[in-house]
Amino acid sequence: MGDVAVEVKNVSKSFRLPNEKNSSLKSAIVNFRHHKKGYTEQRVLRNVSFDIEKGDFFGIVGRNGSGKSTLLKIISEIYKPEKGVVNIHGSLTPFIELGVGFNPELTGRENVFLNGALLGFSRSEVEDIYDEIVEFAELGKFMDQKLKNYSSGMQVRLAFSVAIRARSDILVLDEVLAVGDEAFQRKCDNYFNSIKKDKSKTVILVTHSMDAVRRFCNKAVLIMDGEVVKSGSPDRVANAYSDIFIKEARQQESKESTNKDDYNWPVVVKKFNLVQNSEKSDTIAFKKDFSVEIDIHSSHQYNEVICAIDIVDAAGRVMLNTSTRENKEKLKIKDSAILKIDIENIFSEGEYYINFAMKDDETNELLFKQPEIKRFNIVGNQMSKSSLTHPHVKWSVE
Amino acid sequence: MKVSNILSKRNKVLLRELVITDFKLRYQDSVLGYAWSLLKPLFLFAIMYVVFVHFLRFGKGVPHFTSTLLLGIVLWTFFTETVAQGMQSIVGRGDLLRKINFPKYIIVVSASLSALINLVFNLVVVFIIMAVDGVHLGWHALLFPVTLLILYGCSLSLAFLLSALYVKYRDLAPIWEIVTQALFYVTPIIYPIQTVISYGGELAGKILMLNPLAVLFQNARAEVVGHENVVTAGQLSSNVIYLLIPYALMIIVAILAITYFRSRSSKFAEEI
Repeated sequence: MGDVAVEVKNVSKSFRLPNEKNSSLKSAIVNFRHHKKGYTEQRVLRNVSFDIEKGDFFGIVGRNGSGKSTLLKIISEIYKPEKGVVNIHGSLTPFIELGVGFNPELTGRENVFLNGALLGFSRSEVEDIYDEIVEFAELGKFMDQKLKNYSSGMQVRLAFSVAIRARSDILVLDEVLAVGDEAFQRKCDNYFNSIKKDKSKTVILVTHSMDAVRRFCNKAVLIMDGEVVKSGSPDRVANAYSDIFIKEARQQESKESTNKDDYNWPVVVKKFNLVQNSEKSDTIAFKKDFSVEIDIHSSHQYNEVICAIDIVDAAGRVMLNTSTRENKEKLKIKDSAILKIDIENIFSEGEYYINFAMKDDETNELLFKQPEIKRFNIVGNQMSKSSLTHPHVKWSVE
Repeated sequence: MKVSNILSKRNKVLLRELVITDFKLRYQDSVLGYAWSLLKPLFLFAIMYVVFVHFLRFGKGVPHFTSTLLLGIVLWTFFTETVAQGMQSIVGRGDLLRKINFPKYIIVVSASLSALINLVFNLVVVFIIMAVDGVHLGWHALLFPVTLLILYGCSLSLAFLLSALYVKYRDLAPIWEIVTQALFYVTPIIYPIQTVISYGGELAGKILMLNPLAVLFQNARAEVVGHENVVTAGQLSSNVIYLLIPYALMIIVAILAITYFRSRSSKFAEEI
């Protein structure tokens, strides 16, 4: 593998949050005399370690307040780690925000030079690329106007146009994707795709967008409560991130209705299995069809039962929604029955869960309902990530 | 912060852009623009001249007191501007510090350079007035830039110390205002040192001249206006230790300032 661009070794960080406003002499003296600390210590990062190799497009994901922005600031050497070290091999430019140092009272032109200086350009270097910047930002007519007269979109365009000229080996980007209109987003995408291909550049991207992680990154880490809880392929990390929300939603649900789980449904589901190649398994091979077998039991007789299942992916997208109504079938249930659903496996690799419900069409009574009754994985080769679904396709030439 | 990096290419560019920005913004949107850099001191001097020389007759019997007074005021303005702007500079640029990593001293230096530019404009006006006042520059005037440099170093080290302290203790702003006010009156700016000596005796004059600012101001004046018209510390005593005390004070403050600033600067971004 290539050289290491950024080494993060056992980095810990905590902030002192003042209990009350402490930035005055009096409170400092009072606290000192009473041996009071005057602050509470909050751990933001705990023993975070990872390596980023040269040429990587590295994603850092996590929820708000998980410590990822702090980590980014430590990598950018804006904050100092409390313990541990960050070694950086090469020049690094952080974009914690676009347009650092932009001053509304200066003209667009002056701001380009100021911003350029902050990004490490000399005056003559900015002069050389000035025309390109203006052209890319499409602001030719406005460069001698004050920045305060620009729309926010124009400001972002100008800032981005300067930013992408940065020739540092390592770029650190914080949520810059979250701004701008569609045309600007496309420009961002093009830019990211171009640096993704450029193996001399290393990019560290902090984002909430799992879509961006999947599309651009080749590696990622998930930070939760200041710790790395998952690292590796962007798909794994993105799935783990989605899982956090699923788990939380489930906890919320069970909190709201603890007794609902123990609800005595008229119909009991004894077994809920996935079967592939006549074997029960929660791991399904990619592109190989499988079936769902549900073992149900009812003491009462129902003549017109409708069953429905959903297959939902880790991002919460419903991949399949089907019911017995599709076949205009109504099932009769008494005592025990085994329900079997054959499914064509067109799903891509990843984690999925199944929701299941039954109802009596005569009385409209809900007989059974359980969201996320089953979780399963589809595992396959690299190719399976290329698209969301993989229906059978046949090419021919006539 | 390695010493070799202090004026690396990148830092120089950054410093330059920050100073240019400050300067451009100062008279932004005013009709006369940069002309104010000269007009403002000119009008302020006119007021001082009328009040102190004509009505209060502070420098009665002191030759070239007008020139001495104006030079003193200009140097004082430079000192207070450097320290006050420097003190606020780190906190004022907090927004920048939280987004990008660059040597923090650049911020304080850029604030001081703005004051230095102002000083140059003011000195132009002072020298014009001195010409009218009939002051002839001697060879001593060659030492004037050296004295200015020492004054700049002294102001800058205070700016470093206070800017780092101000990040933690915001009470410093009013405190420093009060201290400045006191300093103004213990430094011979609007009154000649001769007046103090004739009213309070030579000891009072000697004590007053322990103040580094007083020493520097008197030296600067003597170099420009002439030694025969200005009393310097050297004329009050030939005791070397007495003469070195103010310089020792300046060096102590400078060492303290640099040490403290360097030890705190990596934490500025999180503490602002």
